[in-house]
Amino acid sequence: MQFLSSEPIRLLVSLVGILSFVGLNAAYLVWVERKGAGRFQRRHGPTEVGFAGLLQPIADAAKLLSKQLIVPQGVDAALFRAAPLLMMSPALMSLAVIPFSDTLAARNINVGLLMIFALGSINVMAVMLGGWASRNKYAIISAARVVSQNVAYEIPMLLVVITMIMVTGTMNLNEIVQKQAGAFWNWNLFKVWVNPLMPVTFLIFYICMLAETNRAPFDMAEAESELVAGAYTEYSGMGFGVFFMAEYANILLGCSLATVLFLGGWQSPIGILPGVFWFLIKMYFLVFTVVWVRWTFPRTQFYGLLNLSWKILIPVSLFTLILTGAMMKLFKV
Amino acid sequence: MMKAIKEVVGGFNSLVTGMRITLGQFFKPTVTVHYPHQTLKIPPRFRGHIELVRDPVTGKAACYACKLCERACPSDCITVEGAKLEGAKKKSVTSYTLDFTKCSLCGSCVEACRDGAIRFSRQYNLASTSREEFVMDLFKKLEDEAREAGDIPPAPPAPAPRVDVTSGIVVPAASSPLRIETPKPAELKSEVK
Repeated sequence: MQFLSSEPIRLLVSLVGILSFVGLNAAYLVWVERKGAGRFQRRHGPTEVGFAGLLQPIADAAKLLSKQLIVPQGVDAALFRAAPLLMMSPALMSLAVIPFSDTLAARNINVGLLMIFALGSINVMAVMLGGWASRNKYAIISAARVVSQNVAYEIPMLLVVITMIMVTGTMNLNEIVQKQAGAFWNWNLFKVWVNPLMPVTFLIFYICMLAETNRAPFDMAEAESELVAGAYTEYSGMGFGVFFMAEYANILLGCSLATVLFLGGWQSPIGILPGVFWFLIKMYFLVFTVVWVRWTFPRTQFYGLLNLSWKILIPVSLFTLILTGAMMKLFKV
Repeated sequence: MMKAIKEVVGGFNSLVTGMRITLGQFFKPTVTVHYPHQTLKIPPRFRGHIELVRDPVTGKAACYACKLCERACPSDCITVEGAKLEGAKKKSVTSYTLDFTKCSLCGSCVEACRDGAIRFSRQYNLASTSREEFVMDLFKKLEDEAREAGDIPPAPPAPAPRVDVTSGIVVPAASSPLRIETPKPAELKSEVK
């Protein structure tokens, strides 16, 4: 064990661990998505490749990898190639600070939350660059949509996160989880004595997470029925594949963050046996909810999307922020 | 202000209701038929391409080549030939070709037929990679069917190749003039549940 704790080895293990975790999840979340889509519509979903279609993601990956990478004429080749990587890498880097359990985290830094949001805002850049560099009208429209959407939803999300930092008093994700020790009523989600609107805060965070990851019903960036594939229109083979993986990596990150901030991370709901599996159960429940939401609601119209953010989410999150501050000052909780 | 809050709460409630309904559907059994593995029962009035009907008594084609179907066809896709066999009162069909590439499945031929000698078949998986396979020799198909059912004896064995006495060359026997060799349509599966 002495050997494992040496710094270069630790770095390597973390890197391989995160990469394989994201890769495996991205592949099998596609399977979950397709199976879920099927079941919500009373279909079976993939069944042909392997048992219950379990080898389908591998077949898909093999197909994508074997396809030619086309860089269309007249595009900005460097930016065109960089965009998928720019989308994928922040999600991978952010996962480094997520505490999967008490001891299982690649890095335990005291500004983990800040780092995640600093890296998270690069995503907008990636989709915008991808859309702009494609030199395609649909991609440009998509890029413009993404920027206005993500600017609109970053604000309520950060307001919610400020509320959470006020409640927990730290930006260290591990400490945030430790402060939610005990049974489930100690989770930030249920701390109604600090702020009676805490569940609403969680809801706002979740909605913003959906919007930030460009998921249905807020998938304006990749609105298949309107914009072909939005910013990803011109991408072929693994260029598209990386965007696709990045979408799931971002969902994974968003759900992990929601788990850490609101659902007590690796804390057990009954106060005993905390561990990594609690974290995974909670996170995968949130991921399932993402799929569930996607196959329940139709895509919002664009002004509906912006109205929701500017007229409802931002005022409500500002109100909860002020309420939390007032409650903390008055009751010294 | 109260109206706005009411609107938000009401909207949220409707979203929750929607999600409850979809989750209910999620746990119900699926309703799809897994087509290549399962098939549905073909409805009795299914209108496939036409086929000749066999006379239940003689086991041969009930068609006597009156050519009414040929005339009724708006897209000119049926070709019927008949001949009067010795000792028979009526003509009998000797060749019946359907060009399915032109057929619009209107059914005028079936309506025109006075004796119910043609009907809609129940074949539906007719995909093929060549156009020629859709020029169907229905008479040959009928004969093949009859042979499979054992209603008429198999065609007499081909005459043995004879050796030309003068030159010593083996001459293969000529094939039956009635049996035109056409490529068989791709394996037609019609397993009906």
